[in-house]
Amino acid sequence: MRVALFVPCYIDQFYPQVAVASLELLEKLGCEVIVPIDQTCCGQPMANSGFASSTEGCDANFTNNFEGFDYIVGPSGSCVLHLKEHHPSEKIRNSVYEICEFLTDILKISSLQAKFPHRVGLHQSCHGQRGLRLSSMSERNEKPFSKLEDLLGLVEGVEILKPERADECCGFGGTFCVTEEAVSVKMGVDRIKEHDANAVEYIVGADTSCLMHMEGILRRQGSKVQVKHIVEILNHA
Amino acid sequence: MLSHAEASEKFIADAERTDWHDETLWFVREKRDKVSKVLPEWEALREHASQIKDHTLANLGSYLQAFEEKAQANGIKVHWAADAAEHNAIVHQIIADQGSKILVKSKSMLTEECHLNDYLANKGIEVVDTDLGERIVQFRNEAPSHIVLPAIHLKKEDVGETFHQHLGTPKGNKDPQFLTEAARQHLRGHFLASEVAITGVNFAIAETGEFVVCTNEGNADMGAHLAKVHIACMGIEKIIPKREDLAVFLRLLARSATGQLITTYSSHFHKPREGQEMHIVLLDNGRTRQLADPKYKNSLKCIRCAACFNTCPVYRRSGGHSYHQPVAGPIGSILAPNIDKKANADLPFASTLCGSCSNVCPVKINIHEQLWFWRQDLMAAGLAPVSKTIGMKLMAFTLAHPAIYRIGGVFIRRFSGLLNTSLNPWYKQREMPEAPKESFQEWYKKR
Repeated sequence: MRVALFVPCYIDQFYPQVAVASLELLEKLGCEVIVPIDQTCCGQPMANSGFASSTEGCDANFTNNFEGFDYIVGPSGSCVLHLKEHHPSEKIRNSVYEICEFLTDILKISSLQAKFPHRVGLHQSCHGQRGLRLSSMSERNEKPFSKLEDLLGLVEGVEILKPERADECCGFGGTFCVTEEAVSVKMGVDRIKEHDANAVEYIVGADTSCLMHMEGILRRQGSKVQVKHIVEILNHA
Repeated sequence: MLSHAEASEKFIADAERTDWHDETLWFVREKRDKVSKVLPEWEALREHASQIKDHTLANLGSYLQAFEEKAQANGIKVHWAADAAEHNAIVHQIIADQGSKILVKSKSMLTEECHLNDYLANKGIEVVDTDLGERIVQFRNEAPSHIVLPAIHLKKEDVGETFHQHLGTPKGNKDPQFLTEAARQHLRGHFLASEVAITGVNFAIAETGEFVVCTNEGNADMGAHLAKVHIACMGIEKIIPKREDLAVFLRLLARSATGQLITTYSSHFHKPREGQEMHIVLLDNGRTRQLADPKYKNSLKCIRCAACFNTCPVYRRSGGHSYHQPVAGPIGSILAPNIDKKANADLPFASTLCGSCSNVCPVKINIHEQLWFWRQDLMAAGLAPVSKTIGMKLMAFTLAHPAIYRIGGVFIRRFSGLLNTSLNPWYKQREMPEAPKESFQEWYKKR
């Protein structure tokens, strides 16, 4: 299967290991992975700040890089949701997948050669969970499901621990994290407190942006807890 | 006036109180979860309610006319108010005709929206709020911080001190039962003496011309049943077509609001009793403008349950007053810009767009999507600070040009240490991400 890897801008610049793990994992699973080299960003930072009207150039660049592909896969629920909801090209909107969604719904994987014998705290990112429906949500009266947990279940040794409020927002929120700094940090601190109560070694999720925010707080606290994108674990030999 | 971000920072400075506020409201959210999950038909009920409201809004004019006709036939006097000023003038005239100088009022967010208390105070008329929480905040000269739990920002110690000052309860007494009894005795005198009672309206039924007021304290009934004149104030969106629709809305309202199966009192007012005058004031105040905009129309489906407040992680950690509007929280943030864009331009940004609000909403308002639309409209109206507009244009330009993006990336990674300064809001309480030696694209080219 031919797949275009979408690497969100901040992952490209600050978390290349997430993109590397995504690339390696997809290749391991038999995909022919192409990285369109002139890609930049999905346009969400501007759009969520009220400047969707300024994303034309960014959208066009995305289209130029990706319109030739039937499967565009990215390791970021938030960026993928933005593309699905707001990208002007219908082809792009219909072809883009968050990586957990792609592994579960398209590749339908049932086994993995991966091992990660650690206590892992699960962070449900809002856009992945409520936006892309990667898992059921506590707000709704619905049958529980979780694509992230199903995938982590394929990894040898992982112990999944959920915070008390299993799907509360971490407070990143894009530019919210700086324009509403006090609330943003308080939300992050509260999430971390619940993971600490579970004595987790890692906080794991499908959105690096949430993890970047929590990592910033963890490091300031001098905590030993680390953050990891779920693909880093799924790709962990 | 402080912006939401500034007011929140002050609120959060008291971490202990913030935690208490957060936990108290989360407890209400959890109660809501429990009672909604025992109903297998919960999601279908939400959908049904949403469709009734959609249908009603699509035919609002005819339902309002039908309601007016029936209500008048029942002997209720119906008044129409285009805006807050007209609303207040109408209410004042009715009170003046009666010659009253003091009256009782049960909870009505609509009268908060119109700032009726202040208006009447300026005319020499005292309004006694009879909802316990509202009376507490009224004593303190504050606005309600929550539309269902008006004094939720206060602890029992605060209430004890307020009652000590205003009702003469012993200093230091913070026993909820004792304080509630003191309020009951105090309010009873006002109920007995008032000749005019104002109530809100939860539902007005087009088919019958009656209206329903939901309270847990029975204070609307105490006021309305004793007064010679009952004035009910309602927004035009409170109409529902039929009495049987209450079977949907009453179940959803209390479960969503407080986790109760039903509100303690759901009182139906059909016609004035012998010798009583009953008035209904129907208010537009921007609602028809909202109705005309397809993006925001369905915000008018709101039944004011406040489930979106209780679930909102931002509201729980910033308190209702940080929204500087009578209706706070996520729903307030999509209603307020319709009244005044400039004054409320901060509110649609007081959210992470987590989407929890839209998923607890009993009438399925797409609150988080409307927050996003308001952000676009407010920025298009030129309400962004110049620095933000320049920053956004620069970012958009960079991200539209891969070569410039790559150079910018190198620059940011190399000099990210310069951002470790107190001028950077990220760095205030968080470390910056460690910059890797090479970007993914750089790594990939060498692969």
